[in-house]
Amino acid sequence: MIFSVEFIYIIMGIICLCCSLYTFSDKANPRRHLSGLFYFIYSITLLFGSVIPPFYIGLMVIILVLVVGMGGLRKGSYGESSAQERETQRKRLGSWLFFPALLIPIITVIGAKGFEGVKINSLFILDPKNPTLVALGIACLIAIIAAMYLTKNTPQTAIKESRRLLEAIGWAVLLPQLLATLGTIFTKAGVGTVVSDVVTKIIPENSLFMIVFVFCIGMALFTMIMGNAFAAFPVMAAGVAVPFLITQFDANPNHIAAISMFAGYCGTLMTPMAANFNIVPAALLDLKDKNHVIRVQIPTALLVLAFNIVLMYVLVKWEV
Amino acid sequence: MVLIGVALIIIGFAIRLNPLVVVTVSGLVTGLIAGLPIVDIITQFGEAFTTNRYMSILLVTLPVIGLLERSGLQNQAGHLVSKIKAATAGRIITIYLLFREIGAALGLLSIGGHPQTVRPLLAPMAEGAAKAKYGEIPEKERDEIRAHAAAADNIGLFFGEDIFVAVGAILLMKGFFDQNGIESDPISMALWGIPTAVFALIVHSIRLRLFDKKLDRTLGSTTKKDVIR
Repeated sequence: MIFSVEFIYIIMGIICLCCSLYTFSDKANPRRHLSGLFYFIYSITLLFGSVIPPFYIGLMVIILVLVVGMGGLRKGSYGESSAQERETQRKRLGSWLFFPALLIPIITVIGAKGFEGVKINSLFILDPKNPTLVALGIACLIAIIAAMYLTKNTPQTAIKESRRLLEAIGWAVLLPQLLATLGTIFTKAGVGTVVSDVVTKIIPENSLFMIVFVFCIGMALFTMIMGNAFAAFPVMAAGVAVPFLITQFDANPNHIAAISMFAGYCGTLMTPMAANFNIVPAALLDLKDKNHVIRVQIPTALLVLAFNIVLMYVLVKWEV
Repeated sequence: MVLIGVALIIIGFAIRLNPLVVVTVSGLVTGLIAGLPIVDIITQFGEAFTTNRYMSILLVTLPVIGLLERSGLQNQAGHLVSKIKAATAGRIITIYLLFREIGAALGLLSIGGHPQTVRPLLAPMAEGAAKAKYGEIPEKERDEIRAHAAAADNIGLFFGEDIFVAVGAILLMKGFFDQNGIESDPISMALWGIPTAVFALIVHSIRLRLFDKKLDRTLGSTTKKDVIR
């Protein structure tokens, strides 16, 4: 293929690597060596993840966590533009400022929908493994060039500004990848089977409402633990939905599937384990409480979860 | 026994230890309890970390957003919105929620997102609307507005995407039922997601309305715009 997923990872790695060089030399950061080391090692895992044997990547991940655990990750100074400078630039550019930002979704959608599976000389243009990711990466590259041209800035400034944002996110940048790792270990260790065993044991077999209730709450809770509704569905469906709802009460599997996945998503809204959706944005928006996004989402999540339980109950009951 | 790892996570998050440390310790402990050799666990860490690199895609968006912010992107977003008299923080976020959910339902999952849309555009617009209405915003309310902006992106995405047939979740469930010899139909699965999707949209819009009222109460309801005009 012409643009592979690995190509995008290398761009991510280069951005992170360049940022780390600035961090090493940032005198305003009280722990600049450790902080720089953190971003440096992280960039190595991005750049060479598919070349270095997994055991050594694993060791690097543990070093990264140790740096953070020792409080080695601190912030520095970033030579931000003054309010005055920003205002002059804003007046000059006006709403053209939105142009590069809007290029990202537009090119991504066009690329992912229009070029998915398209080949030139029997080569895929976009990696068939994950065309959306590659399209997003290319869209960002084009948007970076547009933004540099528009704001008359150099690549160095682009990197310095990336570092400002990257260090604002800080350790949270690692969390989604690390949680996915935990998910695989949980699966390997059989946490899923244990949870579904517990659920099946407490389930009252004859009360339809209680089965639906336990199933939906179980989907949400399991998702909260694993941080991912995809991991919860096969376990909960095999443990509860198939034997009790579909076999015993003759429920329509399409209804069960649609509603149970949403019950899982209600769990996603309430857990720090879904870091990509809940913790990283809090860091990105510079919120004091990293659980603030979750706090805002909980009421909606609980109401929708209750709605799901009632809806599933009504649908199954009605068909019986 | 393997639930000890889960317990560690819950306790760790509850007493607010650094999540990276909590997750790593829980992973190591769970692996050891399950009888995996330490070398295998570390290898597993490396393997999963590498295959999940796609989760850190936001790194590619940073240069664009950084450069634009340096040139006053957020100020411009706020400035534009402050000219619209009917704009309030809650209303702007509601409109975004609607677009995000419909977009996701049509399979356009990448039109939103926290790094590329919420931080540079939505949050400054919502803040800009609040500023125009109430003057300077105290940090507590500012954080509340931002958190609402981030939440709307999640809620719109989650409850919209399952209405699109070709999304991962639907394919996963279809695959599961096929494996278990149960007949299922992806289109029907997607359609039966609509009631919940609509309910989520209504509930969250109502909450955003209430949020506007709450801002009115805490920051004073006399609109600055009216005074100027």
